[in-house]
Amino acid sequence: MDIAVVVFPGSNADFDALHATRDVLGAKARYVFHKDTSLGAADAVIVPGGFSYGDYLRTGAIACFSPIAEAIRQFADQGGPVLGICNGFQILTELRLLPGVLTRNAHLRFECRDIYLRVGARGPFTHSIPQGRVLRMPIAHGDGRYQCDPATLARLHKHDQIAFHYCDAQGNVGKGPTVNGSIEEIAGVYNEQKNVLGLMPHPERASEALLGSDDGFQLFAALRAHLQGKAA
Amino acid sequence: MKDFPKEPPVDLGLAKSFGLHEDEYSRVVSTLGRIPSYAELGVFSVMYSEHCSYKSSRVHLRRLPTTGPKVVQGPGENAGAVDIGDGFCAVFKMESHNHPSFIAPFQGAATGVGGILRDVFTMGARPIASLNSLRFGRPDHPRTKELLSGVVKGIGDYGNCIGVPTVGGEVYFDKSYDGNILVNAFTVGIAKTAGLFFGKASGIGNAVIYVGARTGRDGIHGATMASAEFDDKSEKKLPTVQVGDPFMEKLLLECCLEIFATDCLEGVQDMGAAGLTSSSVEMASRAGNGVELDLDSIPRRTTKLTPYEMLLSESQERMLMVAKPGREHEVFELCKKWDLDVAIIGRVTDTGRFVCKATPGYDPLDDQPVPRDPRVVVDIPVPMLVDDAPRYERPQREVPPDPVASAVIGPTIKDASAELLALVGSPNIGSRQWIWRQYDHVVRDGTVVRPGAADAAVVRVFCEDGARTIEKYLALSVDCNGRHVQLDPYMGAAMAVAECARNLACVGAESLGLTDCLNFGSPEKPETMWRFSRSIDGIRDACNALGVPVVSGNVSLYNETDGQPILPTPTVAIVGQLREVEDRVTLGFHAGMQVASLGTPARGALGASEWLTSKVGEVTGEPVGIDLAAEARLQKLLIELAHKRVLGSAHDVSDGGIGVCLAESCLATGVGCTIELGLSSGRELAKLFSEEPSRAVISYAPQHEASVRAAAQAAGVPFAVIGTTGGDRLRIDRVVDLGVLALADAHRRALECIVGPE
Repeated sequence: MDIAVVVFPGSNADFDALHATRDVLGAKARYVFHKDTSLGAADAVIVPGGFSYGDYLRTGAIACFSPIAEAIRQFADQGGPVLGICNGFQILTELRLLPGVLTRNAHLRFECRDIYLRVGARGPFTHSIPQGRVLRMPIAHGDGRYQCDPATLARLHKHDQIAFHYCDAQGNVGKGPTVNGSIEEIAGVYNEQKNVLGLMPHPERASEALLGSDDGFQLFAALRAHLQGKAA
Repeated sequence: MKDFPKEPPVDLGLAKSFGLHEDEYSRVVSTLGRIPSYAELGVFSVMYSEHCSYKSSRVHLRRLPTTGPKVVQGPGENAGAVDIGDGFCAVFKMESHNHPSFIAPFQGAATGVGGILRDVFTMGARPIASLNSLRFGRPDHPRTKELLSGVVKGIGDYGNCIGVPTVGGEVYFDKSYDGNILVNAFTVGIAKTAGLFFGKASGIGNAVIYVGARTGRDGIHGATMASAEFDDKSEKKLPTVQVGDPFMEKLLLECCLEIFATDCLEGVQDMGAAGLTSSSVEMASRAGNGVELDLDSIPRRTTKLTPYEMLLSESQERMLMVAKPGREHEVFELCKKWDLDVAIIGRVTDTGRFVCKATPGYDPLDDQPVPRDPRVVVDIPVPMLVDDAPRYERPQREVPPDPVASAVIGPTIKDASAELLALVGSPNIGSRQWIWRQYDHVVRDGTVVRPGAADAAVVRVFCEDGARTIEKYLALSVDCNGRHVQLDPYMGAAMAVAECARNLACVGAESLGLTDCLNFGSPEKPETMWRFSRSIDGIRDACNALGVPVVSGNVSLYNETDGQPILPTPTVAIVGQLREVEDRVTLGFHAGMQVASLGTPARGALGASEWLTSKVGEVTGEPVGIDLAAEARLQKLLIELAHKRVLGSAHDVSDGGIGVCLAESCLATGVGCTIELGLSSGRELAKLFSEEPSRAVISYAPQHEASVRAAAQAAGVPFAVIGTTGGDRLRIDRVVDLGVLALADAHRRALECIVGPE
């Protein structure tokens, strides 16, 4: 299992993604620099968190013009599993691999804390997690407010693309105060083909009990099962 | 041939306006044997500033203990370093950015973080965690909200973007900081001990290479500004504040670490305070060499920069490197990879002089630059700027204890529950969640103990040695209670060191080394100088008693506005190490435990306590003092108990006394406790809020009582079982009875009176 972790100038959770997949999951994980044009023999791609190009202009916007962007697009178009975390999610929406946009948090502050997620749509990163399960992991973002137009929202529902909702510890969605003002408390979405996932919370920072939660590891375990199933 | 733009003639009046004293200027003229040029005067003024020269503090700093078996690098380099085993070391330092942050809180704080990060990665270390220590004026001061919000946003913006977790810190509000806030930033990084880099311009003829952001006009004379008091015209000092770009710093960080890995450098130093001048001069000085710079080749972002401006600019995110012969191209190739500007701007010389050349009127940004014909604009012997820079043994005047103040005990406590609830919800004691949630404190997958969960942060570090990765666990804390220093500078400074080390001991970590940031008022006031000197003695004695060497530090003087100095604030941060991660102890109670106090119970001295200060409105009362031998015994015991893995929680008694200590252990996990301290009413209740040091409250499963008691006895530490955990109320004798939820709510909302509800 070969996992490519893409490094843009300003990526800063690249190490976190590498550690979770290489050291915790035991995959062959490696960095791919944004000036490369090939992802090599990758079985899966992670676009990690950070502040690519300083988040200047608009979060994730400039990363789309990096040489590696075209390779990511092709990999996704061919059905390869792609996971965008935090800034990676923002980049995938800018690449139009995922619908919607991420704007400034409703409370206008960068916020880092543990939140709860309720698992929804199935795909390579979630198929082995029971739907409705509640996961705890940290968020760390200033621009995580998921927004889309009504037509897009209707399509998300129609094609069952909503992978994660923010929720309370019991799994209730929309009962407490909003996390960042996301529409319908959406925290992560798949593309229509279900091979590309983006989410704002950090599963790679919640993959060991030592760090306070290993709930995030379930996404990587699902990916492993998915890739092994394909290989078999 | 053009000439340089007309600059004012250099004379004593101009020198004084640059912050030089009359005798300093006349010494410059007599040693040089001529009147300095305008650019040279600028160089002298920044190098002789308090910020760069430590001229008032140096004679005192010598008294600090700086050696020990774990010390890899003591003071004098860009940062200090201590051994953490297996050939790795922790590299760390703390620095102030007080003056810029008061003028422009966001940029001032952001560039403070940027500066300390560079100090650490300049040594070849990857930064892995940051802390900060902040002081603001009284909560209801008109500027406090704006300053707090701006500083926190600035620290967060920089640290979050570059991807170094901010894992802890401390904040106090006191009216003495109304006109002069403190922003002290700390960073620790990890390096292979054999791969440390130093700021030395070695090797005659070697290329001096400029890497990073282009030079602009920002921050000119920042170091001089930071060495003067504020007055009502300080707002005009805005152009002296630097502007930060954390994205550029992230590129610089990654690029530098890759350059270091090739081992193509002789030395490297970041351009911090006093920019190109101090970095090149200090590198030359450490190697005993000279350096010659060609200012025409400085990368720049602004047109018509003069030599004076280029030498004094404090534009951020710039590094100065000296390459090994013939290996300059390796630096250039990696800079290309990371899209960073790079230029050879000079050579190391054997003259022992700092020489700068520039062509009058030449500007590479011009469409058609004039032909280059560089002339010497600066020519100064390096020792004049560093080793022979002025240093003063300034006069001191003792401030004797005030018997009237010592007798102040405040009003009689009638309702201890109400008093405790108010303390827990006060800005100086309540939750800092509003602050640390704005910092990414989990990036890099290492934060094992997060802010608020224990007396110190615990961070896992990955020591990569070829294919082998060794995980190690560092504990970090930063502390100083300036009120105790105000009442008794010797004892108060010793208490700051003791509390910081005690915080580490409470999580189970051994202290390895200390960095300090000594924030005081004007050294030209004999009382301030006396407090400074006594504080140094206090730090020295506490460090010796606890076995913690000082490996780096910073002095910030002239922290006063309109003649009103801040509380003396010698802030210290300590890096410690956990033997094994399973040893770690947090502060929250779990149900079904026995609660015990360690250390001599309070006699009830309330001097400088949060409770008394809040009642009286002044820092006053009977100084509490500290017994350093008792402190050392307590800390040794706490670490031993952590190693035995018998503790459910440990929390030291500090601000707000044992009442607040117990409340914090309850509200952290939502578990109550029933405590008997034998207090009934009246003056006895002062013991709840006394901040007498060298105490801790621990909890453990009842079956461990005998072993904990025996360990305490063997260690010579007073031990008393004081209660049990469980339920949802905090009960102390018959004097306190509070719901844990009510305590947690008050605690969580402590900063609302400043920043409003979330």
